[in-house]
Amino acid sequence: MKLEIIGGRLIDPSQGLDRETDLYVEDGRILALGERPAGFVADRTIQAQGCLVTPGFVDLCAALRSKLNARMATELKAAVKGGITSVCCPPDGSPINDTAAVTSLLREQARDLHLARVFPVGALTQGLQGEQLSEMFGLKAAGCQMVTNMRRPLGNNRILRRCLEYARTQDLTVGFCPEDYSLAVDGCVNEGFTGTRLGLNGIPAVAETLAVAEALLLTEDTGVRAHFFQISTARSVELIAQAQQRGLPVTADVAIHQLLLTDSVLDSFDSSYHLHPPLRTERDRDALRQGVRDGVIQAICSQHQPLELADKQAPFAETVPGMIGLETLLPLTLQLVEEGVLELQRAIEALTVGPARVMGLELGTLEPGRPADISVIDPECQWVLTEKTLLSACKNTPFLNQSLTGQVRYTLVDGRLVYEAESK
Amino acid sequence: MSSSAPEHAASAPQCLQLNRFGQLRHFLSIEGLSRELLTEILDTADSFIEVGARSIKKVPLLRGKTVVNLFFEPSTRTRSTFELAAKRLSADVLNMDIRTSSTSKGESLLDMLRNMEAMASDMFVVRHAQSGAPHFIAQSVTPNVAVINAGDGRHAHPTQAMLDMLTIRQHKGSFENLTVAIIGDILHSRVARSQIQALRALGTPEVRVIAPNTLLPAEVERLGVKVYRDLKQGLKDVDVVMTLRLQKERMESALLPSEAEFYRLYGLSAEKLRWAKPDAIVMHPGPINRGVEIDSEVADSPQSVILNQVTNGIAVRMAVMSMAMSGQMAEMAASQEVRP
Repeated sequence: MKLEIIGGRLIDPSQGLDRETDLYVEDGRILALGERPAGFVADRTIQAQGCLVTPGFVDLCAALRSKLNARMATELKAAVKGGITSVCCPPDGSPINDTAAVTSLLREQARDLHLARVFPVGALTQGLQGEQLSEMFGLKAAGCQMVTNMRRPLGNNRILRRCLEYARTQDLTVGFCPEDYSLAVDGCVNEGFTGTRLGLNGIPAVAETLAVAEALLLTEDTGVRAHFFQISTARSVELIAQAQQRGLPVTADVAIHQLLLTDSVLDSFDSSYHLHPPLRTERDRDALRQGVRDGVIQAICSQHQPLELADKQAPFAETVPGMIGLETLLPLTLQLVEEGVLELQRAIEALTVGPARVMGLELGTLEPGRPADISVIDPECQWVLTEKTLLSACKNTPFLNQSLTGQVRYTLVDGRLVYEAESK
Repeated sequence: MSSSAPEHAASAPQCLQLNRFGQLRHFLSIEGLSRELLTEILDTADSFIEVGARSIKKVPLLRGKTVVNLFFEPSTRTRSTFELAAKRLSADVLNMDIRTSSTSKGESLLDMLRNMEAMASDMFVVRHAQSGAPHFIAQSVTPNVAVINAGDGRHAHPTQAMLDMLTIRQHKGSFENLTVAIIGDILHSRVARSQIQALRALGTPEVRVIAPNTLLPAEVERLGVKVYRDLKQGLKDVDVVMTLRLQKERMESALLPSEAEFYRLYGLSAEKLRWAKPDAIVMHPGPINRGVEIDSEVADSPQSVILNQVTNGIAVRMAVMSMAMSGQMAEMAASQEVRP
């Protein structure tokens, strides 16, 4: 299968590329950019005039199941519609991904679907119980690049330290969802004025920063590579930047909604804004934005969390935290570009090669020879997000019925067209 | 020297509570309600006080209406006053103690509400341990049911705050020149949050909270209060002293070392009450822990207006219920007119 993408604006931060040029794909790989290679006859031509052509997006955190409706098949369709070609799924699904067998099963399921790639993140401890090491060698052999204990507490710091030492031995990155369990356990919103006004229990910023500081000290002590998932506070950005300046192998990502929203949106107990970590203050949001600009934060992720209707229909604190995000990651990121918060290059970098490097993947690039995972984007297309247009099996997003700008026209994985927008 | 202006968020709760004419249709929170509307509640309550003094204590304002008391948290006193208020308005009253019925069988709150609606209820009086539960219920039920918040989590207890306001107005005349201090567990108190909002909305120039840091919510000063950690300083020149109930659990959750130490620092004794103005009144939402937040000598003194609060509770609840019901009916009539 030979395919060409003609006339688009190629943006590939991995090569510092931003120019109007053509792209050629053969046998699932990028063959060349620019001049058509001699003798190349495309089976299919994609006209991309007026479109951005970028590497397929790599999403570091997207759950692919809900209790009833969301399954890998439904959610990966949503992913490729959003231009996401690689999805890293957290280990707290059902079953918990704490063995090679589960990892292999997830990868096989994904392969059979022929949609996006799935990179399961492994559990740091068995059953995420925080007591026994998971079989990290087996997890790695089955394809895990990273292990994490999510927000579940470790029994004690001795166990955590041993986990880090063992992960280091297996050359695995350890992912931290930094949160001090006892400081956060009763909370459902940021501890601050909004929580005070609404009488909702707060999760203080220090619940996160304490855990970041502790994780950084143990990272330094054990020499393991550390990644921080979905940081939400200004002070976390500062602590991680300091560690990076000292040369520690530390990376971080942020959920797209944390770059856009603050806890002031919560005034009427709207459970679609019940998120974990919670939305925080303007100061935090601005520091997270600066962190992405400076490169302290390498990746922007969706933190996609499909939830059933019933999960969100209860008094605020009793609802399940989370929102879906696969289909809004691109337009919301472009909104940041439009608002002048991020340069387009930097924004695309944080969706492609940034997260790919965090996961140690040779993806997120349009370099010739690499797998042809590509998104073709109409950056001007305005559309309204509705329950009908959402492909995700769950509809829990506060952006419902809002007008968004930027839509994916085509998504390719391994040179195969896995998504094509209906023509206008 | 006045407290800084309270901050409000957007108007969503207000929209939910008011009908298209700006009249009350639910009563969920003081936040967002105007001084005029709060004054109307107080004036209406005043007119109902007279009803309680009659030999036949009934008016027909809610005749033929069904009021359901949905109490997800036990409360004998608040429920009784709501029941009595509804009966004096001639409503039919159904008391549901939810802890012992449906939700323990795994029925969702939403399903239970649907059932209550199917019984053609006109008003839900809701007490719930979760902040925002009455908002959720008001948003979820059919539009013709009025929802009255009888206390939700730490969020709001607006009828308690309004009966406190009525009591203050009876004793002090108006709010414009008052300094009011609220002492104790502000952090967990839905009463305090609603009191602060009501006092500020009615024009009280200075509202103080007096508590140790462990019992103060984050950024409390942004509600429009001045924060004191020292009782003596906090009570200086105060016209109204509002005490709060201190739950025993606070000792167990490492918020306070002991009841004795709390009493020593913040418990209102006759001696400490002398730090306030000589004519200061003393209030408590009940039930009282004598010898913890307030001394018997003070609770039973002429300065105490605690029993007035209880009497006013019925009148205020009658006022709120009748106003919300008429606002709800005006809304229904208007929405039917619009339809072809």
